[in-house]
Amino acid sequence: MRDFRYTRASDIDSAVRAGRSSNAKFVAGGTNLIDLMKGAVEQPEELIDVSRLPLDRIEPLVDGGLRIGAAVKNSDAAAHPLVRDRYPLLSQALLAGASAQLRNMASMGGNLLQRTRCHYFYDTAFKACNKRSPGSGCAALEGERRMHAILGASERCIAVHPSDMAVALAALDAVVRVRGAASERTLPAAEFHRLPGDTPERDTNLEHGELITAIELPASRFGANAHYLKIRDRASYAFALVSVAAALDMQDGRVRQARIALGGVAHKPWRARRSEEMLAGKSLDASALRAAAEAALLDAKPYPDNAFKVELAKRAIVRAVLVAGGAA
Amino acid sequence: MQTAAAGAALGAVQQAQGQAIVPEQATAKAPATHTMSFTLNVNGRPYALELEPRVTLLDALRETLGLMGTKKGCDRGQCGACTVLANGRRIDSCLALAVAHDGDEITTIEGLALAGRLHPMQQAFVEQDAFQCGYCTPGQICSALGMVAELEKEGLPLDDATVRERMSGNLCRCGAYPNIVAAILKAGRAA
Repeated sequence: MRDFRYTRASDIDSAVRAGRSSNAKFVAGGTNLIDLMKGAVEQPEELIDVSRLPLDRIEPLVDGGLRIGAAVKNSDAAAHPLVRDRYPLLSQALLAGASAQLRNMASMGGNLLQRTRCHYFYDTAFKACNKRSPGSGCAALEGERRMHAILGASERCIAVHPSDMAVALAALDAVVRVRGAASERTLPAAEFHRLPGDTPERDTNLEHGELITAIELPASRFGANAHYLKIRDRASYAFALVSVAAALDMQDGRVRQARIALGGVAHKPWRARRSEEMLAGKSLDASALRAAAEAALLDAKPYPDNAFKVELAKRAIVRAVLVAGGAA
Repeated sequence: MQTAAAGAALGAVQQAQGQAIVPEQATAKAPATHTMSFTLNVNGRPYALELEPRVTLLDALRETLGLMGTKKGCDRGQCGACTVLANGRRIDSCLALAVAHDGDEITTIEGLALAGRLHPMQQAFVEQDAFQCGYCTPGQICSALGMVAELEKEGLPLDDATVRERMSGNLCRCGAYPNIVAAILKAGRAA
C-alpha cells in the first residue's frame, strides 16, 4: 500500500476543508477503501478519518421520519429498534450485506460510496477500465460478464453497484444529506448514484470534497409489508446476482402503493417505477405480479453470460412482493 | 501485500529480534520515515506505538507486538482469520488501520485465557474437535465471542441457523463447520 498522510478530523467543518484537497479521501470504516488501496486501485495521498465525528446518532424526526448519522455502523443501524420497527426493509438489506465483522466496521455513508466489485476494475493487471482509468476501455465488454449489468449500462462500462443498503434506501425514498465547503444539500437516494454513460469514473452525484452527514428516511407506511430478497452464489456473504427490495402499503388485501428496487442489475439501485404503478390497486395475484415483473425488465440488454439474470430478476420480484405482502 | 508497508513491518521484526521484544513489552517502534504516535490497549495492556499510518491493525499486532495468534489469511477482508475484538466488537483487523484504533481496547486470542485456564469458548472448540489445521481458529473464536454478545444484545436466539448466518464471515478451508457450530452453541448456551 502506498504511503499517505492520515488526519483524524476533529469537527465537520475542518473535515470538509481538508476534503477539498485534490487527492484526499474521507475514510470511516475503510472496509472497501483500504482493500482498494492494497490493490493500488485507489491511491490517495491523504486520508481524513471521519469515523469519530459526531455523526453517530440515530434520531427520530418530527415528521415521523428517521435520521441516521453517516458514521453509524451498518450493524448498529440494522439492530436499532426504530429501524427494525419502522424500516425492516433497511434492516434486512443491511444484514444481507457483507459479514458481521465488516458490518461492525462499515459506516452508513461509506456503504453508499463503496465501489463496484467488477473484477476488471479491481484487478490492475487489466489495463482497460474506464472507471479506474478514464478512456482506457472496458475489459469486461470482452470478458467474463456473468456478474455485470443488464439495465442502464453504456458501451463504456457495464459494472453494477454492489450495495444492498442502497437498494433499500432507493425503495424507501430516503434522502442523503451532504455538506460541502459552502453549503449543505440533499440528494434523493434513488438519484445519488449515476448510470455510467460517458463518465463511468463517477459513481455518484457527490462533488469532490462533499461529506455525507446523514441518511434521512421519510415517515413510512411500508413498515409492515417489506422484504429484501437477495439471490447469490452461496447462502451468505456474497454479492448479489440479483436482489429485490419490495415494500407494500396494503389495505384490505390490496396494494395501495408499492415500492420496488433492484440490486445487482445496474450501475445504481434500479427503481422499478413502472412495476410499482402497475401493482397499485391490485391484489397479489400471480398474473398481476408476473406482468409487473415483466415490465421491470422490458429494457434489459443482457449478454449471453448474464442473460440468466433477466428471468431471475423477474421471479425474484414476484417472490419478494409476495413475501412482503404476507402471501408467501 | 508485498509493499512498503510490509517492509516497515519487517523492519519492526528485525528490531524486535535485536531487542528480544516479547508481547509483554510496553513499547514497540518501527523505523520509518513517516510515522505517527498512538496507543493500543491490547489484552488489557497499553502499548505506545510509532508506526506509519498504512500499517494495518493486523500487522501491528503480529509484526510489531509479536502477537502471532491473530492470523493473516486473505488480508482482504474475505476470510475472517484476522478477526479480533475492538471495544468488544468483532472486526477484520486486516482492513483496519492501526492508527485509526488509537485508544481502543483490542482483544486477541492471546487475551482470552485467564490464569492459565482456557476461555470456555476455547475449551468448547477443543472438546468439540472444532478444527483441523487450526489456522482459522483464533478468528473463529474471537468472532464467536463477538457474535454471542451481539445476539444477546439484539435479543436474538442462539441457534444453528443464526450461528451459520452470523459466522459466515469466517471461512474454514478444512470444512470443520459442523463442529465449529456445535462448539459455539455449547459455549454460548453455557455463558
